[in-house]
Amino acid sequence: MADTHGGSDGDFDLTQFYQVFFEEAAENLDQMEQMLLNLDLTQANDEELNGIFRCAHSIKGGSATFGFTDVAELTHKMESLLDRLRRHEITPIPEMVDVLLESADASRSLLARHQAGDTGDAMPTADLVQRIVELAAGSSPAAPVAAQPAVAAPPPVASSAAVAVVADAPAAVAGSGERVLQLKIGPVDNLASVDAVKELFRDIPGLGSIEDQPCAEPQYRLFLVKTHSSNEDLLDLMVFHVSKEQVQILEYDAPSAVDRTASGSYDPDAGLAEVAIDHVQPYGIFDGAPGAPGIAAAVAHEGEDAKPVAVKTAARPNMAQMESTSIRVDVKKVDQLINLAGELVIIQAMLAQNSQALDPTANQQLLAGLADLDRNTRDLQEAVMSIRMIPMSTVFSRFPRMLRDLANKLGKKINLVTQGEATELDKGLVEKITDPLTHLVRNSLDHGIELPEDRIKAGKSDQGTLTLSASHQGGSIVIEVRDDGRGMNREKLLNKARERGIDVSDNMPDNEVWMLIFAPGFSTAEQVTDVSGRGVGMDVVRKNIAALNGSVEIDSVEGVGMRVSIRLPLTLAIMDGMSVGVGNEVYILPLSSVVESFQVNPADVSTVTQGSQLVKVRDEYMPVIELERVFGVPRTEGDKRSDIMVVIESDGSRVALLVDELLGQHQVVVKNLESNYRKVQNVSGATILGDGTVALILDTSSLVRKSR
Amino acid sequence: MHAILTVDDSPSMRKMVSFTLTGAGYKVVEAVDGVDALEKAEEHQIALVLADQNMPRLDGIGLTKRLRENPRFKQTPILILTTESSDQMKQAGRAAGATGWLVKPFDPNRLIEVIQKVIR
Amino acid sequence: MTVLSKNTENTPSGTREYLTFRLGEEEYGIDILKVQEIRGYEQPTRIANAPEFIRGVVNLRGTIVPIVDMRLKFNCSKVEYNSFTVVIILNLRNRVVGIVVDSVSDVMELASDAIRPAPDIESAIDSSCILGLGSVGERMLILLDIEKLMSNVDMGLVASTE
Repeated sequence: MADTHGGSDGDFDLTQFYQVFFEEAAENLDQMEQMLLNLDLTQANDEELNGIFRCAHSIKGGSATFGFTDVAELTHKMESLLDRLRRHEITPIPEMVDVLLESADASRSLLARHQAGDTGDAMPTADLVQRIVELAAGSSPAAPVAAQPAVAAPPPVASSAAVAVVADAPAAVAGSGERVLQLKIGPVDNLASVDAVKELFRDIPGLGSIEDQPCAEPQYRLFLVKTHSSNEDLLDLMVFHVSKEQVQILEYDAPSAVDRTASGSYDPDAGLAEVAIDHVQPYGIFDGAPGAPGIAAAVAHEGEDAKPVAVKTAARPNMAQMESTSIRVDVKKVDQLINLAGELVIIQAMLAQNSQALDPTANQQLLAGLADLDRNTRDLQEAVMSIRMIPMSTVFSRFPRMLRDLANKLGKKINLVTQGEATELDKGLVEKITDPLTHLVRNSLDHGIELPEDRIKAGKSDQGTLTLSASHQGGSIVIEVRDDGRGMNREKLLNKARERGIDVSDNMPDNEVWMLIFAPGFSTAEQVTDVSGRGVGMDVVRKNIAALNGSVEIDSVEGVGMRVSIRLPLTLAIMDGMSVGVGNEVYILPLSSVVESFQVNPADVSTVTQGSQLVKVRDEYMPVIELERVFGVPRTEGDKRSDIMVVIESDGSRVALLVDELLGQHQVVVKNLESNYRKVQNVSGATILGDGTVALILDTSSLVRKSR
Repeated sequence: MHAILTVDDSPSMRKMVSFTLTGAGYKVVEAVDGVDALEKAEEHQIALVLADQNMPRLDGIGLTKRLRENPRFKQTPILILTTESSDQMKQAGRAAGATGWLVKPFDPNRLIEVIQKVIR
Repeated sequence: MTVLSKNTENTPSGTREYLTFRLGEEEYGIDILKVQEIRGYEQPTRIANAPEFIRGVVNLRGTIVPIVDMRLKFNCSKVEYNSFTVVIILNLRNRVVGIVVDSVSDVMELASDAIRPAPDIESAIDSSCILGLGSVGERMLILLDIEKLMSNVDMGLVASTE
């Protein structure tokens, strides 16, 4: 790490604090991003601007302390811009939000690189810095590299009415011409450490030039500096390497008055500078201040009465920094807790099973105790599961930014509405649902929502609406992506399906036609945009959702819009299961996939080609899967033959499983088979039964697919 | 022994400063912002206050003013430890009654030296 | 069931402790640090379409552990499951797995200079998994890299695409 301290800090190892800093910085960046997106440019609120400023300031402070100078320098520039904004010295415009968002991204990337051990190249930030400096100076910058079309769409999410105007030529930083200064640094114990100041000029493009000059005084170094930057700026940068008290800047050759309109200036009162420094002792201690050494009498504070005021205050908390009523816990600890609770459920089930044979009158207390244990265990389990539940807002939060950037790119206008953000979802699911959701959102924006002029022609408002919602329904969570775009064209889909050799009929019900878009390689987009449309997305979306034991449905009306509904079980770890027996073995079916069960009448079963069978259930014929065959269950003479059918449904298709008997329904703790073994076909996991043995949980979607 | 009250809204900074100070043998009390610091100052015996400037609810300068209003803390050394280096801010700090203004990043050894100079 | 504690405090440096067991005609030794416990055999839950030597999975205090019968894998003569059948539970880098062997002997300490490289000996076990030969008195132990052996694709625990 770069040595940013003036003296030696060899006794203090700071690396143990890095992790906390990285987490903190990530939170600050997230908060900053949220606030920037929510900023109303027409009436920017002081509290908001201050909040954003503080985030940048905090990151700057931490990065500087820990030696991450690249981040510190970038956030320092951001802070300067934000400082001018919060003092109302300049007015907020969309380019500022853009450049700050991009800078936040750049900071993230730089920090990630540091966190990963400084491997690979660091992202260059000179361009960003240049833009920030120009914006802070109050001049319109050149269009950023990702060029916008000449008629830029207004930012999609903010309600600003300002239209972006792109300047023709890059404007130079207003005001200052190049200045020549003499820089005297000292007293320092280690003269070589001052080299870091020279490196500033090498590392920061546009800062200027620096040359050593001979210096008579020991412990001092002298330089000749040519720069456009203000003294303040130079001092701010040098403060990373030497303390301000050690720096003296002298105008070497002052052709014109030093210009103070350059960006980042905290201090319009240049006159104060010289005087202030004289009053400060070398250690930063104010001469004659209360508490300073050598002060005999108390110095009465000017203008303040020395009244014994109670110091306690009832200040209201500031909106931007929330009071924390939560604690950070390592996910591993939470998982361990969940495992332990799961174990408890299993042991309790075992006790319950073993106590069934006991005489109730003789064991009244024991049985009553077990009943209590049962209740308590369920409660504990629910409470523990809820720890892993986090609100959908964590999933939804990435979309405002993504949509803004995407809408800009596509030239569309979009309004994002979110509903049910407080709906909670298991953390494991959150991580896995984010990608499919992202794809669906991109899809809506790319193919669903029309260009503003097309929308107007269709009698709609020029701004499209994308709604993301989440709600609990039964034992599942339902997540929907709805748009008011052009919807889907039935004929087009059917034709495309025929082209791809998929068997379709003109009489197919609508909901089945819409599901065609999930077929591999299916895409009806005329051109493949780089956003989506390559036809590899939707089938992966469906697979991902199926892997979570979830299902997806589509509804669409041409010209009006489209809705995609994803249904997921609330949690991955505990499931309602139905146990079935085949031979001596027990298998578990996810209750959510079970439609019905019945004792089969041989007359209803017919054999078709290749030995596969169909069973008639009311008016429907569905394939039969003999679990005995699929799993090679050993049979002995005189075994009860299978005559129970359990109908399961997955991805809209139904299949009947042939089993020996139904053993019951209960909650099962889902255990991973793959952690010590490997993926087994048609099996999604395992569980431990009340008697301590292992039972396999069947993968209903793969069984259903097998039958096709 | 009386404690040093360290005030900063950044947990990593607080930890670092605490670590530095306890390493030098001082007892440390932490506060997350100016308001919290005022409460902690009432509750503990404080020998010195080390505060960040930019904090929510009540910043370093505000905290200094409030502390100086209380006779109990009229002479307590208050050091502002911050990245703010402008002379205007320094003057404001001085006017509020701060004992010193230290600019980050800080050299831990140096910080200890300064504290040794002013702590009572 | 015996749980072995993994402390090596008493081992002088340069030596290692090996758990020895019999499989067919040979005696083998494996690094004691990889052994979690030794158990009796309980009927595992069968897994369809698995090779015959993978008997299935058992519940080990809440963890699902596969049981591999080494006697079947290495074609030893008749295989029985009774109250004397012993299972060594291994705690390897990527997994916990149980292996059924003929019998478990004792824990031997071997200095690294007591270990000779194994010439191409006739062994049912792939020679790349043999660390060397150790002799203790009259006994000759074939020292195995149990980690490598169990990760071998033909042991059936690792899918060929992993």
